[in-house]
Amino acid sequence: MKTEVKLVAMRDALGQALVELGSKMPELVVLDADVSASTKTGGFAKAFPERFFNVGVAEANMADIAAGMATAGLRPVINTFSLFLVLKCADQIRNTICYNNLPVVLAGAYGGLSDSYDGASHQSILDVAMMRTLPNMVVIVPADAVEMKQALELALRRNGPTFIRGCRNETPVLFEGAEPLAIGKARKLRDGKDLTIVACGVPVVMAMEAAEQLAKDGIAVDLLAVATVKPIDAEALAASASKTKTVLVVEEHNIIGGLGGAVAEALGKHAPAKMDYIGIQDRFTESGEYNALMKKYGISVEAIVEKAKALVAAKPATKKSVRKKR
Amino acid sequence: MTTLMASRVEPGRVLAETDRGKKAAMMQYLAQKFRVDVFDILHEKGTGHWGGASSVAEILTTLYFDAMSVRPEEPRWLDRDRLVLSKGHASAILYTVLANRGFFPAEELHTFRQINSRLQGHPCMNETPGVDMSTGALGHGMSVSLGMAMAARVQKKAYWSYVIMGEGCLDEGQTWEGIMAAAKFKPERLVAMIDFNGYQLDGSNDEIMPLAPLFEKFQAFGWNVSPTLWNGHQVSEILKSLEWVRQQKDWPFALIYQTKKGRGISFTEDTHKFHGAVIDDQHYANGRPELLKTLAELEAAL
Repeated sequence: MKTEVKLVAMRDALGQALVELGSKMPELVVLDADVSASTKTGGFAKAFPERFFNVGVAEANMADIAAGMATAGLRPVINTFSLFLVLKCADQIRNTICYNNLPVVLAGAYGGLSDSYDGASHQSILDVAMMRTLPNMVVIVPADAVEMKQALELALRRNGPTFIRGCRNETPVLFEGAEPLAIGKARKLRDGKDLTIVACGVPVVMAMEAAEQLAKDGIAVDLLAVATVKPIDAEALAASASKTKTVLVVEEHNIIGGLGGAVAEALGKHAPAKMDYIGIQDRFTESGEYNALMKKYGISVEAIVEKAKALVAAKPATKKSVRKKR
Repeated sequence: MTTLMASRVEPGRVLAETDRGKKAAMMQYLAQKFRVDVFDILHEKGTGHWGGASSVAEILTTLYFDAMSVRPEEPRWLDRDRLVLSKGHASAILYTVLANRGFFPAEELHTFRQINSRLQGHPCMNETPGVDMSTGALGHGMSVSLGMAMAARVQKKAYWSYVIMGEGCLDEGQTWEGIMAAAKFKPERLVAMIDFNGYQLDGSNDEIMPLAPLFEKFQAFGWNVSPTLWNGHQVSEILKSLEWVRQQKDWPFALIYQTKKGRGISFTEDTHKFHGAVIDDQHYANGRPELLKTLAELEAAL
């Protein structure tokens, strides 16, 4: 029997957290590019009008204003849709914020497919890949509203830039009362010997459900939720992969360069394993209802179960080759 | 490196000089001295940007030796005035001015653009003491300096934020986003200085991307732009332009300076060809005497 799931949007959590932190941190300033009603920074604007700056639809300008403010001791949080944040401010984020290691928090709202009805022009399925390649940058993809708030608090304590990817829609609260998020630390959600599933963001809850289904079919999943895509918890990944030899990565992102890439890079070095990837298969997406869209583009409990079974089915070959070596 | 520096224009004495007229003449000399130093270094290293460095020599010298309140022994002093050299390719002159202002030893200028040096090809704030913002990719300075000025307001501080832009920066869309936003937020003590030397990398400004009418553009964007086209090679004029700023109350301020790209050498002036060209032995042999002649004249006038 399932208990009732609490649904909270990460953007609401972020907006509330900013207001709470605003009174504790006089150096906190918030900038938005004419989407504060969407990103939910409007609450901060109302509470601290002298520390809120709406720069209009000029994202690059916003990023560099924040950089200038950061050099003078302020702690800016910049907000807009994730796709526009990483694309329109790519030069500013790289050459000003990251090169100088400035403590700017980049809050990418509407990550992944969550701006579902707006279509491919707004859907952010490359942000993690782009932000991950920037030296000094920490990349956090929260899985729920609780992690979103904790990510913001962690980011504001860092002395360098942090990208936090949000989600537009209400999603289940997963980690209330759980061990708080820590940068570079994976969460072990399940112990199993047959297959490792690594997930971040909204699909974490899908991976949890898929693992439960797989258990009924006799497949024991080692489930890791990796909110910090960079720095990644290579130790936890390697420990799990050495045990299961098989890894499925689940994310709401292009299969190129995101969490899948990060996990492959880490395991390739520390514990090579047979891998597969759940994500958008390097293509442009479309408008539609969020869950339907996720399903159509291959991010669903069913897709996870299917790929997981295929991976596990392919395992005897691996065992055989191990035996041969012996 | 020149060893011509007369003792009466040693940087410390320039800073201490209280007679405004005398100080202006001393800074005029210093700027030319720095120009010679830059020419020497660019020739020695075979890399760097002569044209745009030379055009901004007097502006930078006047800022660091007169207008700006800085502490070379404490480069990150929170209340210091800030300068963002948005045209970061003019790094050689910025480094020369900073070294002579006491931020780091002048001998270090010989490491310009070399491996393991603190003097990167384009300014890097975490490497070079005194550099307030890393620049290089054009078009960032306006927004960054605006952020600095807005931070001063939030923190109730009274430091000044200066940004120096060339034509290339004004080609960039982001600069106009910043110009627009500065007119909205109107932070106190933000000054945009345009080093208008008329040439870009590929050709003249008129040829590449005409900026005229520039005064009207700043006005239309809601700025308090000085109606004077200031002579950016005359220290006394630059001082006057900064006095004008201090008499104004409507923020933000823009000052446009007419300068010459490759200033000081007949064959490098008013052309795009010495934007980033190597100063080879021939150029050096032909150009240096011209710079030294002017330097001697300025020294004689002290």
